[in-house]
Parts: sequence; C-alpha cells; structure tokens
Amino acid sequence: MAAPEASSAAVPTLMTNNTLRNAFGGVLSFFILLLIGVLAFSIRLFSVIKYESVIHEFDPYFNYRVTQFLTKNGIYEFWNWFDDRTWYPLGRVIGGTVYPGLTLTAGTIWWLLNSLNIPLSVETVCVFTAPIFSAFASWATYLLTKEVKGAGAGLTAAVLLAMVPSYISRSVAGSYDNEAVAIFALIFTFYLYIKTLNTGSLFYATLNSIAYFYMVCSWGGYTFIINLIPMHVLLCIVTGRYSSRLYIAYAPLVVLGTLLAALVPVVGFNAVMTSEHFASFLVFIIIHVVALVYYIKGILSPKMFKVAVTLVISAGLAVCCAVIAVLIALVASSPTKGWSGRSLSLLDPTYASKYIPIIASVSEHQPPTWPSYFMDINVLAFLVPAGIIACFLPLSDASSFVVLYIATSVYFSGVMVRLMLVLAPAACITSGIALSQAFDVFTRSIKFQLPGLSSNTEVDAGETSSATKEAQNDAVKTEKAEETSKDRPSRKSKKKEREHVEKPSTKTKAEKKRLLALPLEASVISLLLLVFLGAFYVVHCVWAAAEAYSAPSIVLTSHSHDGLHVFDDFREAYAWLRHNTDVDDKVASWWDYGYQTTAMANRTVIVDNNTWNNTHIATVGTAMSSPEKAAWEIFHSLDVKYILVVFGGLVGYPSDDINKFLWMVRIGGGVFPHIKEPDYLRDGQYRIDSQATPTMLNCLMYKLSYYRFVETDGKGFDRVRRTEIGKKYFKLTHFEEVFTTHHWMVRIYKLKPQKNRIRGKTKKSKSKTSSTSSSKRSGTRKKNPWH
Amino acid sequence: SFDPETPTDRRVLVLLDDFSLKSSHSIFFNSLKSRGFDLEFKLADDPTLSLRRYGQYLYDALILFSPSTERFGGSLDLTAVLDFVDSGHDLIIAVDASASDLIKNIATECGVDFDEDSSAMVIDHKSYAISGTEGDHTLIASDDFIQSDVILGKTKIKAPVIFKGIAHSVNAANNLVLKVLSASPSAYSANPTSELSSPPLLTGSAISLVSVVQARNNARIMITGSLDLFSNRLLRTAVQKAGSPDKYEKSGNEQFVTEISKWVFHERGHLKAVNLKHHKVGETDEPAIYRIKDDLKFSVEIYEWSGESWEPYVADDVQVQFYMMSPYVLKDGWILYLQHTLPV
Repeated sequence: MAAPEASSAAVPTLMTNNTLRNAFGGVLSFFILLLIGVLAFSIRLFSVIKYESVIHEFDPYFNYRVTQFLTKNGIYEFWNWFDDRTWYPLGRVIGGTVYPGLTLTAGTIWWLLNSLNIPLSVETVCVFTAPIFSAFASWATYLLTKEVKGAGAGLTAAVLLAMVPSYISRSVAGSYDNEAVAIFALIFTFYLYIKTLNTGSLFYATLNSIAYFYMVCSWGGYTFIINLIPMHVLLCIVTGRYSSRLYIAYAPLVVLGTLLAALVPVVGFNAVMTSEHFASFLVFIIIHVVALVYYIKGILSPKMFKVAVTLVISAGLAVCCAVIAVLIALVASSPTKGWSGRSLSLLDPTYASKYIPIIASVSEHQPPTWPSYFMDINVLAFLVPAGIIACFLPLSDASSFVVLYIATSVYFSGVMVRLMLVLAPAACITSGIALSQAFDVFTRSIKFQLPGLSSNTEVDAGETSSATKEAQNDAVKTEKAEETSKDRPSRKSKKKEREHVEKPSTKTKAEKKRLLALPLEASVISLLLLVFLGAFYVVHCVWAAAEAYSAPSIVLTSHSHDGLHVFDDFREAYAWLRHNTDVDDKVASWWDYGYQTTAMANRTVIVDNNTWNNTHIATVGTAMSSPEKAAWEIFHSLDVKYILVVFGGLVGYPSDDINKFLWMVRIGGGVFPHIKEPDYLRDGQYRIDSQATPTMLNCLMYKLSYYRFVETDGKGFDRVRRTEIGKKYFKLTHFEEVFTTHHWMVRIYKLKPQKNRIRGKTKKSKSKTSSTSSSKRSGTRKKNPWH
Repeated sequence: SFDPETPTDRRVLVLLDDFSLKSSHSIFFNSLKSRGFDLEFKLADDPTLSLRRYGQYLYDALILFSPSTERFGGSLDLTAVLDFVDSGHDLIIAVDASASDLIKNIATECGVDFDEDSSAMVIDHKSYAISGTEGDHTLIASDDFIQSDVILGKTKIKAPVIFKGIAHSVNAANNLVLKVLSASPSAYSANPTSELSSPPLLTGSAISLVSVVQARNNARIMITGSLDLFSNRLLRTAVQKAGSPDKYEKSGNEQFVTEISKWVFHERGHLKAVNLKHHKVGETDEPAIYRIKDDLKFSVEIYEWSGESWEPYVADDVQVQFYMMSPYVLKDGWILYLQHTLPV
C-alpha cells in the first residue's frame, strides 16, 4: 500500500500529526478497497437474484462441463481428455485445445472449499467465479493506477472498474467465461510490469512472468500483452528513456514468459512460431543492442565510441539484413503470413468478412456501433481524453504506458465489439486519473480561497489521499530525474535522497499551489458537476447490471400488459433430449447450440461453438440449406438421429436459426459451391414470405422451422420477420417432428429411418381399379382418397 | 419372419389363379416340398385368404403365381402383402402378359417397374430359343446371369434359361434390387402381334427378365415377368439358342429356379456375425476409446446358414472399418485380425 510507505519516508522530517494523518489515510483506503470489492461482487449478483443461479449463454456451458470433468477425474485425465461427444465423428482433444486457466481456477476453488468441508456444488463455484475475480480485478486496477498516478487516482479507477458496464457484461454471476479471470490477469500483469519498471526489482519481474503465465493460461488475449509491452519498451527506447529498470522489466518477462507460455498445451510452440509473438523477440534484440551501446558508451572515450559506432553499424547492418530476409521468407511461406485469422481481422477489419465467414458470423466479432460505446463505458468516454492529458503532466514511464494502452485498446475495440472489454480497464484507469486530478485541483482551489481553512491546511481527513499522492508523485518525479542522470543508485541511498528533496519541494509546492488556484465559485460548481457526472455513471451502471446484462439467455423473460412471461424453452428441449433419446444418439444443430447440447442434454453433437473445423460446420450449413432429401443424406452419413432448430417466429425471439440462416448458406457455400447465396435471396433481399425464392422455401431450415406453423394462428404470421410465411402447408417426407417446446422456440426432429424397400419410379395413373383398399403408404397413393 | 437361429422359411403360401397350375408347375413345387417346405395352395380370390391371425403371421413366405388377379380375396390386399414383406418375409412374384395392376403395383413398391404397355412382351430376334413355331421370337433364351455364387449357387448354369413373358426395368440408383437375368442387347419390349409404330420404351440390356430384391430388413423378393419360367414344359424342354451350335437336352430353367429359390428362402447367403471382440494388444478388456497409434486386436466370428446348420463363412473380402477416426481420410479400413472358427 502506498500511503503507509510514503508516510514512513516522511516520518523524520514532518510533524507527528502528519504521520497520524497518513496512517489514518491508509486505514481508510484499505476499507474503501474492501468496499470496492464488495461493490464489484454484489453488483454482479442481479442475474442470480432476478433469475436463478445458472450458467449463462453458450461458452460458459462448455467451461462448466470441462470443470465438471476436471473435478471428477483429476488433472491428469483432464490433460489427456479426448472428447468423443462433440465434433462427431472427429472428436476433439480438449486438454490440448482449451485455455485451462479458468477451469483450473474454479477447480482449485472448489477443491479448496471441499477440503475445508464447505460442500458447494461445482456449478455454484462456477457461477460465482466471475464476480469474485472482478473484485480482484478492481484491486489490481487500484495497484496499477497507484503506480502511475498515486493512491487517489487508484481508488477512483478501482471504483470505476468495479462497475464499468462493459466488464459487467462479461462477468455477471453465471457468466463463466475465460474473460472473467483474464481481465484480472491482464491488469495484474500490467501492474507488475509497471511496478518492476518503477522499482527495477527482479522479484517483481519474476512475479510479472508468473502473472503473464496465468494470463496465457486464461485467454487468447494474452497476445495483447506480449505486443503492448514491447511497444512500450520500444517507445521508451526511442524517446530516450532507456534505463536498467526498463531492461529488468522487459528481458526476464520475454525469456521466462515465453518459456512458461510454451508450457500451456494450447499455445505450445506457437509461443515462438507465430507472428503474434515476433514483436516481443524483435524488441528483445533491440533492447540488448541498446543496453550494449549504453555499456560501451560508459567505458569508452567519446572519440573511441564514435569509431566503434561506425564499425558496429556497418557490420550490424549486414547481419540485420540477412536476419530480416530469413524472417520474411519464413513468414511469407505460410499462407496467412503466420497470423491466425482472428489476429488478421484485427489488423485488417475487413479481412474476416471477406475470407472467413465463420469469424464474421459471430456477433461479438462485429465492429461496435457508437451507442455501444456509450452503453459500455458511458461517461468514461468523455473523461478519457482528460485522463490522457493528465498522463502527460508530467509524462513518466508508467503514464506513457497508460497512454499507449488506451490508444491501442481504442483501436482494437473499434474492430471488434468483444474487445471493448480490453478498452474498459484502460478507460477506467485514465478516467480515474482524470477525475482524481480534477478533484484535486478544485478542492485545493477551494481550500486556498476559503480563508478559514487555508490557515490550517491539510488537516482535512477527506483529502488525505490526494495530498499523499501529490507528495509521492513529486517524490517519484524527482527520483526519476535523478535516476536518469545517475545510473542506478542503491535502494537505501535513494530513500535518503528522497528525504532530502522532500523539504524544498513542499515549500515550492505551496507557492505553486497559490498560482494554480481557481475562483471559488467556479471550483464549487465544477465540483458539483463532477459529482453529478459520477452519480449519473453509477445510475447507469446499476441499470446496466440489473437490466441489460443480467439475462442468462437460456431463460428469457418478457414483460407484457398481462404480466411477466418466462420462456424456459431451451432447458425444456435439452431435458427432453436427455430423457427421451439414447445415450449415443447424435444431435445436429447449428453450432451455436453445440456446447449447450453436450453440457445440458449430454448428447453427441456434430459441431459446436469451438469452431475449429470449418469443413464440418460447412457440412451442417449445407445440409440446412439443402432440400429435404439431400439434407437427409448428409445427416444420415453423419449418423445423425435428431435435428434441433431454434425458431422464434411464434414468440418473437429474434436470434433464431432463420435469422442466422444466411450465415449457414455462406459458410456452407464457402466449402460446397453448389450452395449459392443468391438462390436464397429475392432481388438481394432475404425474405421468407410469398416472394421468397423456391430454393429458400424448399430448404430444410425453412421446412423444419415452419412445419405446422400455420396451425398456430391459421395464417402463419412470423412475429420476428413481421410477415406471413411463404409456404404454409407442406409435409415432411424424410423427417418427423418429435418434440416442440411450449413456445415453439426449440423444435426437435428425428430422421426417418431408411426405407425398407425402394419404390420403382412408375407413376400410377389408374390407381383406382386396384388400390381401393390401399392405404397411406406411398406418396402417390396418399394424395386424394376422396377424389 | 425367420427365426434368427434357423432362418430358413418353413410355411409357404402359394396363390394361384387356377389350380391347374399346381400340376403344370409341379416340378418346381415338388422341389420345394422335397427341401422341407410346407406348401399351402390357395386360389387368389379365396374369401378365407389371410396372412396373419391374432397378430401372428401364418406363413414365412408367399408365392404369387396369380398374375391376372385384380383383387385378392379375404383380408389380403396390396398393403397386407407389403406389410408381410416389411416384417421380414419373403416373396416370389411371377407374372405373364395378363398381369394385373395389382400385381404390377406390388412389384413397383418393391422397386421393379413392369412395362406399362399391357400387350407388350419381350421380343428378341437374335437370342431366341429355336422352337417349332417359325418366326415366334418371344421365347427368349438367355444366359446373361448375374455373377454371384451366393444367388445362383456354385455350380455354373450351362444351358440357357428360357423365358417367355413381359419385361421389367429396375432403377440403377436403387441399390437394393439386382438384375439376376438380363435380356440381350438386341431385345426389346413390344406387342408381338401388331406392327411397331413407335420405338419401344424398354430395349436392350435395360430389360431385366428376373430380378431379386433384398430389403433392409433382409426380406428377400424375386420378381419375374414370366410365369412359364417355372413351368414343367420349359423346365423339361430341350433348348438351342438361335445362332449357336450348342444344343442342350434340357434348359437351364430347373437349376435356375431351384438355386434362386434357395437364395430367396434363406437357404443360402445368410450370414451372422457373433462374438465381436476388440481390445488393445496385450490387454483383455474393451477400452472405452482408442487413440492414435494404439495397436489393437479385433476378432469376430462370421457364420453362414447352409440350410440346416451354421457353417463358418470363408471369404477373402471381409473388411473392418474403424469409424470416428477421420471420415475424410479413410486410411484405416484394414483387416487387422480375423478369426475363422471351426464348425460348431
């Protein structure tokens, strides 16, 4: 904690009254942090209170299932787990393809609780993992911001992060996803990096590598860290801020971090093979060259140094050219230039929509709209620029890092909605700095304007944090100035020097403060406005947590004039599958529902949300876009017995399969060219009414969605598309309906078995004479018994 | 349906248009009787006709030698016949030029399409059987058999089979039906008494003379357009194929109908696989899952029904295919270990 440390430094010279004040501030900030933790945890419980304690959405169900496996079978079985209940008939090696951080964390918590005789279920632990880690994340934010701009800014940033809607959306109770722990890991890794940068301590550098390892375990977003930190190092070098602290902060991270990252099976040799990691190695080389140059400069006379420089540059350039040529040849030899599809779509936002429909089809991979910025970070969007300015006054290594962080994350969030999550902590940190600085200025102005108060300055307990922060900040500043000139004084002597500079600086500070003071009225009004801004933010966040982001998406509710409606169709359907089908039956659906089907219905699926095999998904997409017979053949060849479609037309649930259907066509057509998107569009318009194309009206998805739909209201009015459907009366020949949920949201069909005999092709023209007694066996005879 | 342990049929119902057929086709019927079948002859319009009673089938197989029947008697109808087949029972259908729609429809449901022209017969001006009537080329002598020991037995049929009747075709995409006896390329289906006004619809080897169907539930069906194929007259007649110097004392019909009826009534070509075992080399228990590069031992015992007992099935074309490894690269469909057991 910063406050006590700063006070200990100030003890001998300042008054005892001041010591007490600092101690009091320390205790106060401790309790504030505790409350922030409680706030972060409890604001995420709306989903449990309003709905129930369930796992949300899609991916969390997979993580939940993996955690169940881990707790039941242990860690070794987990690493070796080949899952044969998904991606039939390929299966999936789970142990080598998941980021195990989240699962291991929750598994450890569960194991710990159980060994303490607290018998919580795995599900409960999974549901509450995210809220717990968001409390950790806000504390990590406090630490990070404190390293940058002092404890006051740290507390403000922590409060902001505890309830930033963007983060809440991924970490409400039940949202058991990688991001839940990854954001904590991200911030904590950054904190340790800054801490190492400020102290030059190898201890923190090692911790930093371990935190980075945890981040690699948790989320694919670790590449953000391994690119951002080199960028910052490079920035420091270019702006002439190279120091041995920078070297300590960076070199161990690359070496240890890469070694540790390679231990994670899903990353493995990617940690040295893919382009995402090259930047860190390049900067690693550069920092060594720079370090060598500084060293040589130190031991050689200026003249000798010049000679050495020319020598090294001529030789070095040749070596560099060779190395770069080899690198480029290596990278260019791979078709995607060594970048994964997701990373490429980050660099070129149009890449995915052009080449990889499967990435583009995911809604969270779309670029965000402006309202979503306001929704997700709210007033922070206005405070961020002020925070960036504050970071420049004065610019330290740490604050330049924050600037770089916010700049890159703003770009990334502009590419993918999902990466708004990376922006949120950066926005909170800069906004925290901005708010804290503003409060600082205004309260100081008020203090100096009010004659009664100005006599006994700095007694006000409420201002402790800002005051100590200011003091510390100055200390850091002077320290830095000294350190850049003198190379690495010992820790102890540094402390003493700091005590020396403390006295003059406080004196000059008083002078400065008087000059910076604002008019009283302006300060008071601005202060009030800032408080209003904060209040508005709190109101918005609570609303977002309670209304917008608490829905578990497997249970839906709607309010209408006659009260609350609950749509629990998904679980109804999965329960039906679990109880009424054979254990080894295969269920086909669009990949969105794969994780849920395996986790809730415990049935084998063809494709799931881990979209690792595009061909397989395209096969299912093709089947869904084909006419019945062709679809039956595809599904039959995959051993599929049941087909599950999600249909929202009856209750107006918009994210159903008909609305996703064009993606199925696109993805299917990407691999099987006989599926052509224009066949499903009438004049470029996607429609399912009477104007729809025959291909559309005859494809399997249309038929399975609208089979018997006309029986509900007599017209077949689709409430999502707001139109009457095009083809109302039709029969299924190769599929039979076996289950439709209460609100028709999930419909399950069974493939009819192969025919015992195959009919000949002769059409019976004069069936009357012979088949008066015949019944409904074949299609032709079925037609009209009364004619 | 057949008993899985002794799959051969026992009780056979024979439906006739006329009891005179009993004597004119007696050689065929007697050969069945001598093989232990219990034949029950009835007229096709017998009002007491019924295939099942109290939910149990009374017969194991049905022979329809009643081509001109427009409507069966009793409770029998198209649906009943098809249900009979769909519950695993066997069926032989033979028609002639007088084939009724009812019988044709049964054949169509089984995947065989008779020529729609009711007056048409198979005519072949090249491979006809030389007989007394000059210029009558509707008596076909065919030796275009299917190459299958399972259906036609191990002994080769030397003499041509004499056929007189109507043509049918099968859908090439239908993998359940097989042409056992095909017409020669010069055959066509037309009315032999009138002049040919338009090109015939069915020509050449598209014409099937005898076809068999094996349904997915192992019910076996034989369909032919010639009732005379089974008659004593054609079974006993001497045959000489036009343009061929070979003259046979006896046509191939007897051997042909006997062998094919053995197949249809499950006296031959009925396999069972038992005792399927697989485990990793050096272990004995079946694992839940195999992984890449596991060595495994696989064994299965395959028996063939000989008509009286289960004999070990000896063949060199048995394959084992492992599934859920990679459907896109089928490189692991090899026999790893196959065990033939001695006769029980």
